[in-house]
Amino acid sequence: MSVFVQTVVAGTLMGGIYALIGIGMTLIMGVMKIINLAHGQLMMVAMYITYVLYEYLHVDPYLALVVTMPALFVLGALIQRYLLNPLIKVEAILPENQVLMTVGIGMVLTEIARMIFHSDYKSVRPAYTSISLYAGPIAFNLPMCIAFGIAVLLTIGLFIFLLKTDTGKSVRATAQNKEAALLLGVNADRIMVFTYGLGAALVAAAGTLLLPIYYLFPDLGGAFTLKAFVITILGGLGSTVGAIVGGVVLGVSESLGATYVSMGLKDAVGMVIFLLVLIFLPGGLKRLTKI
Amino acid sequence: MKAIRWQIALIVAASLIFPWVVRSEYYLHVIILAYIWVIIGSSWNLLAGFTGQVSFGHAIFFGIGAYTAGLCATKLGVSAWWGVIFGGPMASLIGFIIGWICFRLRGPYFALATIAVGEIFRLIAVVWRSFTGGMEGILLMQTFRSKLPYYYLALFLSLTCILAIHLAMRSKWGYYFVAIREDQDAAESMGVSAFRYKSLSLIISSFFTGVAGAFYMNYMAFIDPEVVFSLHHISIMAILVGIIGGVGTLWGPPLGAFIMVLLQETFRSSFFGLAPRWVSEVHVLVFGLLVIFVILYMANGVVGDWDKIRRLWSRKAESVAATAGKGS
Repeated sequence: MSVFVQTVVAGTLMGGIYALIGIGMTLIMGVMKIINLAHGQLMMVAMYITYVLYEYLHVDPYLALVVTMPALFVLGALIQRYLLNPLIKVEAILPENQVLMTVGIGMVLTEIARMIFHSDYKSVRPAYTSISLYAGPIAFNLPMCIAFGIAVLLTIGLFIFLLKTDTGKSVRATAQNKEAALLLGVNADRIMVFTYGLGAALVAAAGTLLLPIYYLFPDLGGAFTLKAFVITILGGLGSTVGAIVGGVVLGVSESLGATYVSMGLKDAVGMVIFLLVLIFLPGGLKRLTKI
Repeated sequence: MKAIRWQIALIVAASLIFPWVVRSEYYLHVIILAYIWVIIGSSWNLLAGFTGQVSFGHAIFFGIGAYTAGLCATKLGVSAWWGVIFGGPMASLIGFIIGWICFRLRGPYFALATIAVGEIFRLIAVVWRSFTGGMEGILLMQTFRSKLPYYYLALFLSLTCILAIHLAMRSKWGYYFVAIREDQDAAESMGVSAFRYKSLSLIISSFFTGVAGAFYMNYMAFIDPEVVFSLHHISIMAILVGIIGGVGTLWGPPLGAFIMVLLQETFRSSFFGLAPRWVSEVHVLVFGLLVIFVILYMANGVVGDWDKIRRLWSRKAESVAATAGKGS
């Protein structure tokens, strides 16, 4: 029994970070109607920034959030402004041009990281990473708890932003109906640039929070891009609340899969859930809750 | 039309003579790889470029074909060449099942689903060690010492593939495919069963990709899941071949295949030993930059935007001529 509880706890804590990744992706998907296949790669860039800050300037990984989030916001905004926005006007046979573009961007980011840092595994291990808190027989890994806490705070902040501020309302309006938002005076191009930046900043936060409990190599981006869209589909496309639930569900199922099925199949769990959702619950969890 | 036929005859003749003119194993190898990519790229293009269903999972069919061939040898004890015969139907069968599941999704969501299915197949091949050999993969003995038989077989298979796609696109199927690409709802309201024709397109597409995979197994004599089921090295490469050559054109992917393979070999060998060694590490980076460039400036690929390129070229020639005229 305690093994089960322990598994669920670890999965939920991981799910908090997954949710952060998923929210970033879902925001971009909601506003731009594209799948950002460079999502994990943006996270990888943030992780390398965190790594450099820790290794050479001895900045605490959690403090690095102050650097990685703005840095990735700028990077994301530039990508949207100069690479994705121009594609709206380009005439092409395939409507998925923007998606293919994000694939290209992902490849470029991965390869630049590989050129600078090579393919070997890196990790950031401040002294407190090995500390665990105990509640009875259940261990709570300290860095995972901190990461979960910060992820929750960021999510709450994002919701306040989306619900209360004018910019946030414009983002939601553009996501709901771009033409109508344009008619009401929302500068949709600028909102798209802003949203991609915001999505990149959120996934940057996830990467920075993940680094003390994970390891880092250039190809990690691809794996997390896959996770990000599993979360997004699971949650229902474009739904932020769905992305949170999806993140936690993925975290817990991966964790259960690793404990009870096999460590090697851990990554397949997400994919199988993804397919089951597509077949039996198209529309994702959003459909059940009607949020 | 006559002029085009004449050009095709010339290309085929040149391909047939090539190994007798260039007597280098290395160049033969590069061209054989290009032929394999011609098949994969053209097949991908049939589904994505003509039917509008962008697949990110063509590695599935390539891998199925390759494993069919490999397992013929290791499990059935027959020649791996049987895989070239069985690999296609096997990949088609899997393709049909995948289509049955995934075609209820449209556009980017279909693309995503194919990524997921592709990853599942890769993981199955890794984990099911007793059947597939797991990460160690499958190692065979090559049948021929010379590259010549492989060269002609690859040429034959790629020409067959191009011809089959050409014929399919000229029949009524082709018109249905394009109708679905242009507007699925309109096509359905005209009585075209979108599901049936999307499945048909996928079956043909996966058939040839499977054949390419089986041939690859025979030629390279080694496969493992990370090679043949790879999202980056097969699925995305298939897309790159398509978009660089020209999506939705018959000759785009074959041209794209040659561009990609020659580019890859140029960088992998550091410009044939002329450039510093680190150049060999950047070929994926170059691919990425190429994708960004092509999508931004030549959205329909080299073949699709050929007029645009030619105009640019002639304008440059004109301006060169003009400045030269001024100078004299």
